[in-house]
Amino acid sequence: MAVFIDLMLLGMLAITALRVIFLKDLFAVVMLFGIYSFLSALIFVNLDAVDVAFTEAAVGAGISTVLMLGTLALTGRKEKTNNHKSWLPLLVVVATGAALIYGTLDMPPFGDPNNPAQQHVAPRYIQDSPQEVGLPNMVTSVLASYRGFDTLGETAVVFAAAIGVFSLLGLPKRDRAAIESGLKSHLVLRVVAKLIIPLILLFALYVQFHGDYGPGGGFQAGVIAAAAIILYALVFGLPLATHVLQPSLLKVLAALGVLIYAGTGVVSLFLGGNFLDYNVLASDPIAGQHLGIIIIELGVGITVFAAMLAIFYAFAGQAERKNIP
Amino acid sequence: MSFIIDYYNYWIVVFLMMAGFYIVISANNLVKKVVGLNIFQTSVFMMYISIGKVTNGSAPIVAEGITTYSNPLPHVLILTAIVVGVATTAVGLALIVRIKRAYGTVEENEFKDKDDLI
Repeated sequence: MAVFIDLMLLGMLAITALRVIFLKDLFAVVMLFGIYSFLSALIFVNLDAVDVAFTEAAVGAGISTVLMLGTLALTGRKEKTNNHKSWLPLLVVVATGAALIYGTLDMPPFGDPNNPAQQHVAPRYIQDSPQEVGLPNMVTSVLASYRGFDTLGETAVVFAAAIGVFSLLGLPKRDRAAIESGLKSHLVLRVVAKLIIPLILLFALYVQFHGDYGPGGGFQAGVIAAAAIILYALVFGLPLATHVLQPSLLKVLAALGVLIYAGTGVVSLFLGGNFLDYNVLASDPIAGQHLGIIIIELGVGITVFAAMLAIFYAFAGQAERKNIP
Repeated sequence: MSFIIDYYNYWIVVFLMMAGFYIVISANNLVKKVVGLNIFQTSVFMMYISIGKVTNGSAPIVAEGITTYSNPLPHVLILTAIVVGVATTAVGLALIVRIKRAYGTVEENEFKDKDDLI
């Protein structure tokens, strides 16, 4: 049954990608890309990657679709017909694809427990991490503890990308209350949004702190919390949203998250361990691991939340500027 | 049939990768190019997760009565890659917005011509 679902979903994914190639209406392209992300999330669930599915559903179908729509609002939704020679790219793609398909025949068969990828470090993570780190969710153990240094780098990349977007677009100013913004005249949207937004925020907190035991963690929680505020901004308008959460505060928060993460590493250095070695944070190594993981996941959550929301503010601020008469 | 099931995931990955690649090299519109890049990126995610899957395995969260787990390592790598991916996509889109402001167009062939005028 799982195999059948896999075949079907991957087929649908391929069809969606094929349709994106030929569509000229960019609004439809972006919407199809949202569908594509949701399908990917379903496939990830089917392939046992529940944490990844969570992230893909929140990021791919949520944030990236909103950002692309924000860009389309500024650049126009129609793609002009091009007079490129279309056979040359097609030739390149078919040749590369044929070579890659030939290459896949040397890959180990899908799902075999004896594959090389399953033999190297995975058995260590699967057998020892519940005792060494003491968390049921191995993905969180590996993400925050075994590969904590790697995750610190990724958090820093998210922070750096946010800085890049600020320097390219700038953040919106606070006092623009006069501009007509949002969908205030839609009563149904307003009421539903008011009901849903607190629940989304609550869910984000649950995902943040339950990530040790089930699917979730700082990355997902940050994106979900940002999505709640983005929904608020879309329905009630950007000026109100920037009044609730000021852009300057987000700048500080984005830096604070990385600081908390790196600071935990420095504290563990001072306590006599290695950088990001949580064993020394408490008297008992398991308790130390717990404490360390909760703190650094919080740092990740804060940075991701602030970076995603600030990036949205930057794009939305550009669109607002276009509306000023 | 088992031959197809053994390699089907990888073939779809190659197809998606090539679809994304085709969009990137053939499209004129920069927003569409970014969508193509994202499709390319997702195909790589799909490949990593497919490699980590173990038949009859379960999600890598310890539970009673489960002995086979899928490989947690690709999940960790891809989870962070997705969030980093959207952050870098945002930088790309921000560049597109600036290109639109400077040249008045996001069609590649059009702003190439205007480059000489500025």
